[in-house]
Amino acid sequence: MDQDFRLWPRQASELAPRVDAIYIALLLMALVMTVLIFFFVIYFSIKYRRGSKADRRLSQGSYLPLELTWSIVPLIVGMVFFVWGAKTYFDQVIAPARAIDVYVVARQWMWKLQHSDGTREINALHVPAGYPVKLTMISEDVIHSFFVPDFRTKQDVLPGRYTTAWFEAKEPGEYHLFCAEYCGTDHSLMRGKVVVLEPADYQAWLQGGTPEPKSRGEALFRRYRCYTCHSGESKVRAPLLEGVFGRTVALADGGSAKVDEGYVRESILRPKAKVVAGYEPIMPSFEGQLSEEDIVDLIQYIQSLSAPAQTP
Amino acid sequence: MTTTSPTTPELSPPSRQTYLDAGYTVRSWLLTKDHKRIAILYLISITLFFFVGGAAAVLFRLDLMTPEGDLVRSETYNKLFTVHGIVMIFFFLIPSIPAVMGNFILPMMIGAPDLAFPKLNLLSWYLFMTGGIFAVAAIVLGGVDTGWTFYTPYSSTYSNTNVMLTAVGAFIAGFSSILTGLNFIVTTHTMRCPGMYWSRLPLFVWSMYATAIVMVLGTPVLAMALLLVAVERGFRIGIFDPALGGDPILFQHLFWFYSHPAVYIMVLPAFGVMSELVPAFSRKRIFGYNFIAYSSLAIAVLGFLVWGHHMFVSGQSVYAGAVFSMLSFMIAVPSAIKVFNWTATLYKGHISYDTPMLFALGFIGLFTVGGLTGLFLATLAVNVHVHDTYFVVAHFHYIMVGGAVMAYMGGLHYWWPKMTGRMYAEGWARLSALIIFLGFNLTFFPQFILGYQGMPRRYHFYVPEFQVLNVMSSAGASILGIGYLIPLVYLLWSLRYGPVASANPWGATGLEWQTPSPPPTENFLETPVVTADPYDYPSETYAEPEPGASSPGPRADLAGV
Repeated sequence: MDQDFRLWPRQASELAPRVDAIYIALLLMALVMTVLIFFFVIYFSIKYRRGSKADRRLSQGSYLPLELTWSIVPLIVGMVFFVWGAKTYFDQVIAPARAIDVYVVARQWMWKLQHSDGTREINALHVPAGYPVKLTMISEDVIHSFFVPDFRTKQDVLPGRYTTAWFEAKEPGEYHLFCAEYCGTDHSLMRGKVVVLEPADYQAWLQGGTPEPKSRGEALFRRYRCYTCHSGESKVRAPLLEGVFGRTVALADGGSAKVDEGYVRESILRPKAKVVAGYEPIMPSFEGQLSEEDIVDLIQYIQSLSAPAQTP
Repeated sequence: MTTTSPTTPELSPPSRQTYLDAGYTVRSWLLTKDHKRIAILYLISITLFFFVGGAAAVLFRLDLMTPEGDLVRSETYNKLFTVHGIVMIFFFLIPSIPAVMGNFILPMMIGAPDLAFPKLNLLSWYLFMTGGIFAVAAIVLGGVDTGWTFYTPYSSTYSNTNVMLTAVGAFIAGFSSILTGLNFIVTTHTMRCPGMYWSRLPLFVWSMYATAIVMVLGTPVLAMALLLVAVERGFRIGIFDPALGGDPILFQHLFWFYSHPAVYIMVLPAFGVMSELVPAFSRKRIFGYNFIAYSSLAIAVLGFLVWGHHMFVSGQSVYAGAVFSMLSFMIAVPSAIKVFNWTATLYKGHISYDTPMLFALGFIGLFTVGGLTGLFLATLAVNVHVHDTYFVVAHFHYIMVGGAVMAYMGGLHYWWPKMTGRMYAEGWARLSALIIFLGFNLTFFPQFILGYQGMPRRYHFYVPEFQVLNVMSSAGASILGIGYLIPLVYLLWSLRYGPVASANPWGATGLEWQTPSPPPTENFLETPVVTADPYDYPSETYAEPEPGASSPGPRADLAGV
C-alpha cells in the first residue's frame, strides 16, 4: 500500500475500468454542460450589463422549440447513462458461478473473514489474483459497509440478513478495506486490507494458515445433535442435508425456496418459517445459542455435503 | 382586516407607521400575529442555529487537517458532525427561506394583509423553538452521535448518547414545518388580491406552494420514523433491530421517504428566490414562466419517488435500485430546465451587479456543479463506488450550501431593505459574496476528488494519502467562515447606520415593492389590484430609475379603483 498522493484510485479489479469509463464519460458530459452554462452566464452578464450598448430588440418571454429541446435532450442523455450504469451495476452485484466463497462477519469495529477451507482472518483478507471472490456478509451488531475503493466495490453489511458482493482482483498487492457505513465511535478505525496474492502464493498461504477443513461445522453439528434428525439412521423424519445446498425445495405452505446461505441461517434460527413440504415443523430454534461465526461454520459444513470444495 | 383611511397615492414620503412601530416591547414581539414579525423571529433564531452548526463544522474541519485527528476524540468528532447535520438541516436549511422570506414576502406578493392562519403561524415558531431547545439540550447534556440520518439499529439500540432528546426535538420541529406548509397552501388559494390569477403569481409563490405540498405530505413520515426509533429505544419493541425481530432497512425507507423530499424543501425555495432575483437585476421578463412554475410542481411530485437512490448498496433489491436510478435521472430534467431558463433570462437583459445578483450568479454556477454531480450519483455503477464517500458530501453541499444558502443570502440582501427599511454597505456585501463563492469552492471541490479516491464520510481518522486534499478543504472552510461572518457585521450595522431605503430600491416589479419599506402592519394601505403579468419590465427601452421612485410599469393601481 503506497502512501503517495494520488488523484485517482488504482484500477485493481476486473470491473474498475468499466466503472471508470462511465465516470469519465460523466465527467466529460458535466464539463461540457458546465462550460456551456458558465460561458453563457458570463458572456450575457458582460454583454448585457446595465448601460451597455448591446442590441436588445426582439427578446422573447418564452420560445417553445428551445424549451422543449433543452428538456428532451437532457432526458435522453440521462437515460443513456441510466442504462449504461444499470448494466454495469448488474455485473457488479451478481457474482459469477465459479467464484470462491469467503464469509464476512462484521462487528464494531472489526472485520472477521473466513475462507472456504475454514481459515479465519481479522481485518485482512487474502485472495488469489485472477479469480472471482464472492463475499457472503453479515453483521453482529449495527450496519457496516464493505468498501474497497481500488476494486470499486461496496456493499452494506446488515445484521440479521446475508448480503453478497464480489470482485475479481487483477494484480497482486495490498488494497485498503474501509467500513463505509457509520457504525459508531471507531467507525473510522474499522479498516483492513485486502491482500491479493498470485494463485500459487495464495495456496501456500492457505496451507500456512490454520485450516480446520469443515471440522468446526461438523463439530457443531454433533455438539448440537443435529444428526439426531438430519441423518439417514434417525427415527425422526427431517430432510437429509446431503446434496440439498443450492437446490430449490418445495415448502409445506405451497411455495418454494432456494436453499442458500440465508435459507439455512433462517432454518437454524427460525425453523418454522419455511418448512420443507412433507415434514412436520418439529425442529427447535437455536436462536441465542449460536454466534454468527458458528452459523457460517454450519453453512460451510452443509455446503460441503453438497459440493466438492472449491479451490482455485 | 383593517385598512387605514385612504391616503394620497404617492408613496413618498412613506408612512412612518410601519410594522416595526406596532409595539416596542418584547411581549409585542413574542405574542405577535403579524407574519412579518414572525419572519423576523425566525430570522434571528435560525441565524443563531446557523452559527452553532457552522462552529461545529469549523471545529471538525480543523480536526481533519491531520490524518490522526489531533484536536478532539472520536466520540467528540462524531458528535460534532451530528450536531452540524441536525442543526443545519432541521433548524436552519428547512426553515430558512420558507420561514423567513416565505413568511415575510409571500403574503405581500399576493397582495394579502397576512397569512391565512396568523395564530398557527406564531405557533409554528414556538414549536420550532421548542424543538430547537430539545436539540440544544441534547448537545449540552453530552451530545448525540448517530449522524443526522439516525440509521438503525445504531440509533435505536447501540448509541449511548441523547438520541431520544434529539429525536423529540426533530419531531417537534417537524410540526412547525407542517403548519408553515399548511399556511402557505391555504394562503395561496384564498388570499390572492383582485387580479392576482394563478398565471400571474410570482414564481417565488409557485415554488413556495410546491415546497408547502412537500412539507405537508413528507414531514409526518419523518415524525413516524423518529417515533418508531423512540419506541424501539424506549420499550425494546422490535421494529428496526433484527435482534428484536425488526428490519434495519425499513428505517432507511421511512427516513429517506421524507429526507429526500426534504432536500427539495431546501432547494425549491432557493429556485423561487432565484426566479425573483434574476429578472429583477436583468430588468427583463423571466424566460419560460410556465416551464419554471410547472417544473417546481414536477419536482415536488417526483421528489417523493426517488428516495431509494440513497440505498443502492443498502441491500435493497437491485431491480428497485434500477427503478430509483431511472427516476433520479428524470428529476434532474426539471432542475436543469430552471438553470437554462435563468441563463436565458440574462439574454438581452440590463444586468446590474448588485449583491443579490452576485449571489444569484454564484448560485447558477454552484448549483450546476451540484446538479451534474447528482447525475454521477444517480448512475448505479458509479454510485456503488462513491456512495458514503466524500463525493456525496461534496455533492450535497454544492446543492445545499452552494444552492440553498447562496439563494438565502441573495434573497436576504434583496429583501433586506423591505424588511428593515435600511440599505446595507454595498461594497462589503459584494466582497462577502465573492469570499463565500471562492471559499466554498475551495472547501468542497477537493472533496469530489477525495471521494472518488475512496475516503468514506464521517471518518475521524483517515489514511495519510488523503491529507493534502483535506488540508485544502479545511483552508477553504476557514475562508468560508469569514465570508459568513462579514454579512453578520454589516447587516447589523445597517440597522442603525444604513441609508434609509426607498419603497423600491431595485426598481423591481412585484407587489411587495408597491408598499413602503418597512411595510405597515396590514402590508398595503389599500387592497392592491393587479392589472399586468408578473415581471412586467418594460422591454426595449430602459431608463435608470430615480432613487426612491416607484417602480416602472403599471403593476398595481394603488390609487384604488
